[in-house]
Amino acid sequence: MDKRNRMAKRVAEYFKPGDIINLGIGIPSLCGNYAPKGVMLHTENGLIGVGPASTGLQNVESFSNANAMRFVPVPGSSVFDSAESFAIVRSGRLAATVLGGLQVSVKGDLANWARPGKTVGMGGAMDLVNGARQVIVTMDLVTKTGEPKILNECTFPLTGKACVSHIVTDQCVIDVVPEGLLLREILEGLAPEDIQKQVEPTLVVAGDLAVMAE
Amino acid sequence: MLGKLRAREEIVALFKDGQTIAIGGFANHGTPNELIECVIDSGARHLTLVSNDTGDANLTIGRLVHEGRIDKVFCSHIGMNTETVPLKEAGKIDVTLIPQGSFAERLRCGGSGLGGVLTKTGLGTIAAEGKQIIEVAGETYLLEPALRAEIALVRARTADPLGNLTYRGTSRNFNPLVAKCSDLTIVEADMMVELDEVGLDHIVTPGVFVDMILAR
Repeated sequence: MDKRNRMAKRVAEYFKPGDIINLGIGIPSLCGNYAPKGVMLHTENGLIGVGPASTGLQNVESFSNANAMRFVPVPGSSVFDSAESFAIVRSGRLAATVLGGLQVSVKGDLANWARPGKTVGMGGAMDLVNGARQVIVTMDLVTKTGEPKILNECTFPLTGKACVSHIVTDQCVIDVVPEGLLLREILEGLAPEDIQKQVEPTLVVAGDLAVMAE
Repeated sequence: MLGKLRAREEIVALFKDGQTIAIGGFANHGTPNELIECVIDSGARHLTLVSNDTGDANLTIGRLVHEGRIDKVFCSHIGMNTETVPLKEAGKIDVTLIPQGSFAERLRCGGSGLGGVLTKTGLGTIAAEGKQIIEVAGETYLLEPALRAEIALVRARTADPLGNLTYRGTSRNFNPLVAKCSDLTIVEADMMVELDEVGLDHIVTPGVFVDMILAR
């Protein structure tokens, strides 16, 4: 399994049957492939019940997700307008939202929509991190140039303050807890010190530190 | 013509320089593309656009950006449109970014006789800059004021002659909200139906919100 699918599969372990989940673009969009039966996917442009990508005659304009990908709705789907869609988001009806991240702070602040000088829009991300019961961020532990993405304070514009529940990276799983950042799982062959030197805040290492599935 | 149906020439003549136009749709889906061409054919310029996004380059709502008709945009995202982004960065289009759920509520308020809505979305971010913070029952909220337009362009699946509308799937998105928030609401429907043909329980936007339907 490649890195992206491995991360998506790990994120999907947080989902339970009956959950309504919203998936962001990129790695988060792969999580649906690993969701247990009974999970339904919400798309903020107005539908619960996003199904597999559509082809042929089923590929119609009227069933597309927030990433403009067309799909077949699953049995039991419902549609609604954008105000209703965000009523669902803000009122805590979503069990989780899975988003990519640029930076996460020790307090669980998330920056994922803008870099300085490049602000093309937050879309629905600020509403999702405000309303979903769990905010799961999946991202590489460090940037392509090796800079830490888990910081004492985010330097990029925030999506939300103190909103992140779990961070699933290519090397480890970290929970945001009142004491700070709790290192819960690491890849086989890595030690907590290997993770620590790639992040800015001091991590708390879980007593039952587990191995992250390959 | 029957009911609210209007000829294309009559609709083209409605658009003037400097108007604020709200348009339904999301990422090129559920957009009223024939009405957008009516705006272009009108020659109207210096328009303010109220829409979730600006589509793709020279596609759907992006046609208006490509043709240089837009001075200002209220939206949640412009990232898909490779023409809007450099225009914003060059200061040629004034873009106000609004969190998508707040944008939807601001349209709903604008069309519902309400002054605005209280939300926690955007607290502690740049979306809160310049906005009023209000405490209610010990909780802190951001005041998002109502948003209105002079003309709304709506894409529906079906319309009857009185403007009762249905939508299909995720093409609904912002269309029912846009339909309410303007002084003049114009609809482009995939198909016309008879009065009562779809059944009154299935009407999503009541015709009372609709002024005109593009005849085809």
